[in-house]
Amino acid sequence: MGNVIGIGASPKRKEDQRFLTGRGNYVSDIKRPGMTAGVFVRSPHGHAVLRGIDKSAVLAAPGVIAVLTGEDVAADKLGSLPCGWGISDAQGVPMKEPPFPMLAQGKVRFVGDMVAFVIAETPEQANAAAELLSVDYEVLPSVVGVLEAVRPGAPQLFDDVPNNICCDWELGDKAAVETAFRKAAHVAKLSLVNNRLIGNPMEPRAAVAEYEPGTDRFTLWTTSQFPHVVRFLMGALVLNIPQHKLRVVAPDVGGGFGVKQFHYGEEAVITWAAKRVHRPIKWVASRSEGYVSDRHGRDHVTEAELALDETGKFLAFRVNTLANMGGYLSTFGPNIPTNLYGPLLGGVYTTPAIYCNVKVVFTNTVPVDAYRGAGRPEATFVLERMVDVAASEMGIDRVEIRRRNMIPKEAYPYQTPVLVQYDSGDPMGCLDGALVAADVKSFGVRKAASASKGKFRGLGYSTYVEACGLAPSRFAGRLGARGGLYESATVRVHPTGQVTVMIGTHNHGQGHETTFAQIVSEKLGVSFEDVDIVFGDTDRVQFGMGTYGSRSLVVGGAALSKATDKVIVKGKKIAAHLLEAAEVDIQFEAGKFSVAGTDRIKTFEEIAGAAYVPHNYPLEVLEPGLEEQAYYDPVNFTYPGGCHIAEVEVDPETGTVTLVNYTAVDDVGTVINPMIVEGQLHGGIVQGVGQALFENAVYDESSGQLLSGSLMDYCMPRADHMPMMKVATHSTLCTHTPMGVKGCGEVGTIGSPAAVINAVVDALSHLGVTHVDMPATPNRIWRLLQNASLPVAAE
Amino acid sequence: MQISFTLNGRPTTVDVEPATLVAELLREQLHLTGTHIGCDTSQCGACVVHLDGLPVKSCTLLAPALDGATLLTIEGLQGTSGSNQLHPMQEAFREHHGLQCGFCTPGMLMTAVALATEKPDLTEADVRHGLEGNICRCTGYQNIVVSVMAGAAAMNAAKGE
Repeated sequence: MGNVIGIGASPKRKEDQRFLTGRGNYVSDIKRPGMTAGVFVRSPHGHAVLRGIDKSAVLAAPGVIAVLTGEDVAADKLGSLPCGWGISDAQGVPMKEPPFPMLAQGKVRFVGDMVAFVIAETPEQANAAAELLSVDYEVLPSVVGVLEAVRPGAPQLFDDVPNNICCDWELGDKAAVETAFRKAAHVAKLSLVNNRLIGNPMEPRAAVAEYEPGTDRFTLWTTSQFPHVVRFLMGALVLNIPQHKLRVVAPDVGGGFGVKQFHYGEEAVITWAAKRVHRPIKWVASRSEGYVSDRHGRDHVTEAELALDETGKFLAFRVNTLANMGGYLSTFGPNIPTNLYGPLLGGVYTTPAIYCNVKVVFTNTVPVDAYRGAGRPEATFVLERMVDVAASEMGIDRVEIRRRNMIPKEAYPYQTPVLVQYDSGDPMGCLDGALVAADVKSFGVRKAASASKGKFRGLGYSTYVEACGLAPSRFAGRLGARGGLYESATVRVHPTGQVTVMIGTHNHGQGHETTFAQIVSEKLGVSFEDVDIVFGDTDRVQFGMGTYGSRSLVVGGAALSKATDKVIVKGKKIAAHLLEAAEVDIQFEAGKFSVAGTDRIKTFEEIAGAAYVPHNYPLEVLEPGLEEQAYYDPVNFTYPGGCHIAEVEVDPETGTVTLVNYTAVDDVGTVINPMIVEGQLHGGIVQGVGQALFENAVYDESSGQLLSGSLMDYCMPRADHMPMMKVATHSTLCTHTPMGVKGCGEVGTIGSPAAVINAVVDALSHLGVTHVDMPATPNRIWRLLQNASLPVAAE
Repeated sequence: MQISFTLNGRPTTVDVEPATLVAELLREQLHLTGTHIGCDTSQCGACVVHLDGLPVKSCTLLAPALDGATLLTIEGLQGTSGSNQLHPMQEAFREHHGLQCGFCTPGMLMTAVALATEKPDLTEADVRHGLEGNICRCTGYQNIVVSVMAGAAAMNAAKGE
């Protein structure tokens, strides 16, 4: 055996050596013989008719090999970029699903919509030539906000989508909610905006494509979180390339956060073009290009109402949301503000009746899709803001109103009125833990200290739950998923006992190479160093749905666990033969097969050797070799959650909000590697803090121009924005995943925006402020203070 | 034009177009792809290298500026202490989980080494302020800050030996 490092340990990461020494292998690092450079020409207009494109000047430019446009796509009869989810309205009428051509045809619908692809010998030549493309646009009025898009007379993106409404979706018992509201002692109301975000993984998207005429095979290297899904969607539905003739590789990927879990038009165009020009092509997005083409996130406008009895018990919750889809439906687009939003509106509370209506709306903006948390941060923000508003209006302490409504630990499994059944949880335990960790008892002292410096200090809570581990396929299918959501793993034991795992999830920062190796090391008793994890290549990995929705450990880890179990089962058969014992008498523990009650043993290495050198081996009943595969389809979502407490200081002179303390106590189920889980929580929290305090994607209303189109204009969290965070876990075990895991990738981003904004509102509540929209920038706070301070000054 | 400079300890002469950025020269001509390009506005810091011992964003520097200079990239950091071991700052990032996807890491490391060289007794506030020009989207910076403090302490200890 050797150096077994199992579940609960924090070994240093296997992947770090290459990243620390500059030897990662990202798509933009790839060079192929004879490689050319591709550049996309994108629409500078939010909304326009494409009257014609004149390629001649581009074709005459130095080094240009080809120019492709929507007409070429149409001539080759290629498919539209597919949407992976089909939702319906209350009457069962399917959503409007207009085509999304990979290069624009007839019209452009957002700034950044792709108009042409220019291929030249060098990137400089391609860029210079692209400037020469003559496009005749008939510019139309743009509409970028959801409120404006559904108004009568608004610009219409598609002829057959009246009022720009893709789908008028609903969930819950509307009548029961209305009845409850009639009985309510108090009704709290809240209007809010969930700000539009841009994911900004540090590695911009990129792709390299190559066609081999000798084998008629295509290879696409792409910055993707799910290469097998890209192969399926692009090969089967867009380019008509048989699956066995298409290899998709997603090597090291520099962060995803959802932005890289869609099938993008660029991938299809470059793969199609590689065959047309018979040369490899490389495209690397600039950051500015990413801003107008990476799918955006969030962008909701919401009206919410909470009905309460006289003791502050929640009777019913009603939510009406307009959700921005952008100019076309992206891969998961319509699923995010509906199926990943409505079912989370119960939160950790016993609210008996919930109704949610979401109008999914097209606008002249970049398509909106999943961004870390995806639907669940939006739901948590509405609910946790609503709870604070209700507490304040009824004069009940914010912690007390949460306690009065929380699902008690012993009530799990808990069926909510909005589809989902939570299998396990202890929200009260997380809350109690966080209250202590955040030293809430002494908050008054800290508030007084801030006041003595002329600053307003506030404390904010977010007690939340999310649904992740996407997803039980049958359940997802009923909700509109057009694919399965299982995961697969192959455990290949080599003749010498080392192990290679092929898994369908994708590692782009989450530490899978380490966490999954720990699972194998523990289960098979092999050395941690003797396990390698392979992912991200459709030629090496059997199949897989990739990484998103905090699913990798929950669903992929379960498949891996099942596959290792199968290895052990086969190993026992081999051991029984070699040890001349009955199979039922063979035990496997710590890397050794033994006959129960004896000292007769065979090591894992000996069994692996016997499987590949089957001289003394039961060949009549057992195949040689030691390699097992498992697919795992979860029976339910998992429901991580917890309590986040933010503490802020507001400077009334400048409106600057400073996050001074942050505490999170989260229930993520079994923790395989505490170091990695902590890192995931840190990163997730700061992305949520970014939404609450800094980040905002802003469009100019009339022209449809993206105003926050660079890192100079879109404020990302930086090192000096943050205090040291306190994070801890308070875990209950998931009852239906093999290892009790729940997932931890998104919890930070889901819990934190509400905690931060609740703290900001608390800091300003003495001025009569009841709500602050995100991001709480100095400008926004300063304006609020100018308006709020007048009556106070008059007192 | 032809330029000569010292690259990771080795004399190097290359022919470049004068408009070539140092980041492009490294990545495309010299095949040193550890220096990353994460933006087009000199904001992200993934491309930081050391020019004559000082940290610079190589996406904003033209190749002719290298003539006669000494350049250190992430590929040269390992082994700068004489052996082929990881630099104490690289070791600290590994020890304290100061990286996730790895894309910002080369720039973070080069900035961190420069910070620790410039001011041996770094405070947390110094580190946070010093990393203003390097964006990380994965880690929330916490473990990077911890890593830089630990790496700086290890560099000091090594100096004292």
